[in-house]
Amino acid sequence: MRFFLAVFAFLLLTAEIPLAERRSGYEFMGRETRAMQDDDTTNPALLWVLDGEALFKTNCSGCHVDLKGVAARFPKVKEGRAVSLDQQINACLKGKPFPYESRELLALTAYVAKQSRGMPIQSEWNEATKPFLERGRAIFNRRQGQLNLACAQCHDDNWGKQLSGSVIPQAHPTGYPIYRLEWQGMGSVQRRFRNCLIGVRAEPYAYGAPEYVELEMFLMWRARGMKLETPAVRP
Amino acid sequence: MARVVVNVPADAKRGEVIEIRTLAGHVMESGFRRTERGVLIPRDIITRFVCTYNGVEIFSAELYPAMAANPLISFTTVATESGALEFKWTGDNGYAVTESAKISVA
Repeated sequence: MRFFLAVFAFLLLTAEIPLAERRSGYEFMGRETRAMQDDDTTNPALLWVLDGEALFKTNCSGCHVDLKGVAARFPKVKEGRAVSLDQQINACLKGKPFPYESRELLALTAYVAKQSRGMPIQSEWNEATKPFLERGRAIFNRRQGQLNLACAQCHDDNWGKQLSGSVIPQAHPTGYPIYRLEWQGMGSVQRRFRNCLIGVRAEPYAYGAPEYVELEMFLMWRARGMKLETPAVRP
Repeated sequence: MARVVVNVPADAKRGEVIEIRTLAGHVMESGFRRTERGVLIPRDIITRFVCTYNGVEIFSAELYPAMAANPLISFTTVATESGALEFKWTGDNGYAVTESAKISVA
C-alpha cells in the first residue's frame, strides 16, 4: 500500500509543464548572455556556423540547396530507428562520418540548424513515433544515479528554482548545438545530457546511444511549437 | 582553424563614432590546467591584438591567460577618412592572423 502511495505521489509530483507555461532556457539567462546570443556578430557560435557553411559547400551542396525547416523536425524515425540531426548528417556523408562532438560535425549541424531559426519545433505523437517517445518519456521520468534523481524532478517539478548558483531551466532543447560559456565552446544536446547524468552520478551513455536520441525526441515533442534558436548561447 | 570575424560599418559620416567588433576563434588554453593524468597542458593564448586605420594604430590590447576562449574585442573610433582597417592577432605557438575591412567615409 505504501508503495502504491509512493508511486501515486511521484506521479502527482511529476506533472508535465502546461504548454502555455513553457519557457526557453533563454528566458532564464542574464541580460548579457541574452545579448550575446541575439547579436550575430557577438555570438561566438558564428565561428562554428562559418566553418559549417564551408563544409556544407564542399560536402552537401551537390544535393542540397538549403535545409530550411529541417532541424525543426528532428530527431526522426527512419528504418525503425530514432535518428538525430547529426546522425542524419553523418549518414549523408557516406563513408566518411565525423566523430561525435568533433568541430566539423558540430559546425555542420549548427549551420544546418541555424537555417530553421525562428521556426516552430514540429513533433507529432503518432503510431510511428509513439514507441520512441514513450521510451524517451520513461528515461525522463526514471530515477537514476547515486543521487537517485529523474530529469523530471528538476526540470518539470522545480524549474525556476536555484540549484546552487544557477536557475533550473525547463530543459527544452530549443537551441542545439549550443555555445556554452562553461564549455568555452560548442556542444550537442547529447553532451548536455551527459553533463546532467554525471551531475546525478549516473553513468552516461556512449555518444550516439539510442537512449539519448529517444530522450531528445521526447524533449522535442515536449517543446513542440516553441521556436528554434540555434545557435543558442547558454551559461 | 584560425578563423576571425570583424564587424566594421561599411559607410560612416566624417567625425562619427563607429563601433568595431572582432571575434577570434581561439582556445585560449590558460596553461594552468592539467590532463586526467596530471600532465600540465601548455599555455596557448593570443597575447596581442592591434588595429590600424590607414596605417595608424588606433587600438591595441594585451591578452592574458584569464581571458575566455574565442575572445570578443569591441571598441570605438572616430571615422576620419575612407580607407582600410587592418587587424592583427598574435599569440603563442606562432599564432598570427590578419584581417582587413574597408570603410567609406562621406
